[in-house]
Amino acid sequence: MHEISICEGILQLIEEQAVEQNYKTVETIWLEIGPLAGVELEALRFGFDVVTKGSLAENAKLEIVETTGEAWCMPCQKSVMVAKQFDACPLCGSYQLQITGGNELRIKEMEVN
Amino acid sequence: MCTVCGCGEGETTIEGKSAESHDHSHNHSHGHSHDHSGGHNHDYGQGPAHAHAPGLSQTRMVQIEQDILSKNNTYAAANRQFFAEHQMLTLNLVSSPGSGKTTLLIRTITDLKEQCAMTVIEGDQQTANDAERIRETGVKAIQVNTGKGCHLDGHMVGHALEALEPEDKSLLFIENVGNLVCPAAFDLGEAHKVVILSVTEGEDKPLKYPDMFHAADLMLLNKVDLLPHLNFDVAQCIENAKRVNPRIKVLQVSATSGEGMDDWYGWLKASHQLAMVGGN
Repeated sequence: MHEISICEGILQLIEEQAVEQNYKTVETIWLEIGPLAGVELEALRFGFDVVTKGSLAENAKLEIVETTGEAWCMPCQKSVMVAKQFDACPLCGSYQLQITGGNELRIKEMEVN
Repeated sequence: MCTVCGCGEGETTIEGKSAESHDHSHNHSHGHSHDHSGGHNHDYGQGPAHAHAPGLSQTRMVQIEQDILSKNNTYAAANRQFFAEHQMLTLNLVSSPGSGKTTLLIRTITDLKEQCAMTVIEGDQQTANDAERIRETGVKAIQVNTGKGCHLDGHMVGHALEALEPEDKSLLFIENVGNLVCPAAFDLGEAHKVVILSVTEGEDKPLKYPDMFHAADLMLLNKVDLLPHLNFDVAQCIENAKRVNPRIKVLQVSATSGEGMDDWYGWLKASHQLAMVGGN
């Protein structure tokens, strides 16, 4: 969903940081994205190329670090892996899950010049 | 991020990027499999302290650790503060196209406009049709056209507020773009998201678009006057909604026949009271 907006958000953050951290170009950018963040990675890669055209991040390499989806299952009283938001617990089938990881949608770091 | 007013962000380019990847074919290949777990405490983007030798042009790493939606969240927080200061209740109405959002809103405004001040922000990709329909009720409305955008964001709402100048203690309805996916991720500063689902849609919509139903506090099941003509399982639909969001409240309404509208007004008034007591 809305991958172009997300890419525009990324570019905005890159540009703000360029002033603060004093760099001219971005060589590589590492994003941390969870499976529950609702982001289609292929669409994001496409959007990133389009949005960064002519910017300080043109030709920047996009590295995506995918995290795993984790939730706390109340009936099982333990942490379980989930692939999708609102999936059932893989152990007991309950929906009483509290998502604890996998929502990430962050810029982790960048290699800049 | 602003796809409407072109406030520049996302479009601004920093000049001097001339030769793209000049000669540094050098070895910035330090694996990068390390996961920065704790250990070294970088300052998270405080420019000056981030020591860098002038004139020494070399690629380097900068730690950002910033949420990509943080920009929108900043705008949303500013809106939320505005609403709290003015003791307003703001609702973000979301649904798929054709669920009867605008009709429901017009009915609500018509029935309640004598009781409290109201304003409306209408979001659509194109046309000002909806805002015009709202204005016919005598209530102030601003249309935001998102153009290529699929949702309203905090920034657009902030601009709309400047033009709208809502009264203190008033009610603000934000009718989001008809879309059950994207608006879920963009906080506008509202007190509650209200999702509208009509019985002419499938009862499994909450399962198909769980993000939205998870983010909403109230679900209005609209067009219930049509139920006798449809194979729509109300109980199943409510169960599906509760599965993705155990705390969601569900009200069955019909903006056409008026059925159930008093429950909705009751919810509105109670929420409005709360907003006037202690802010959102």
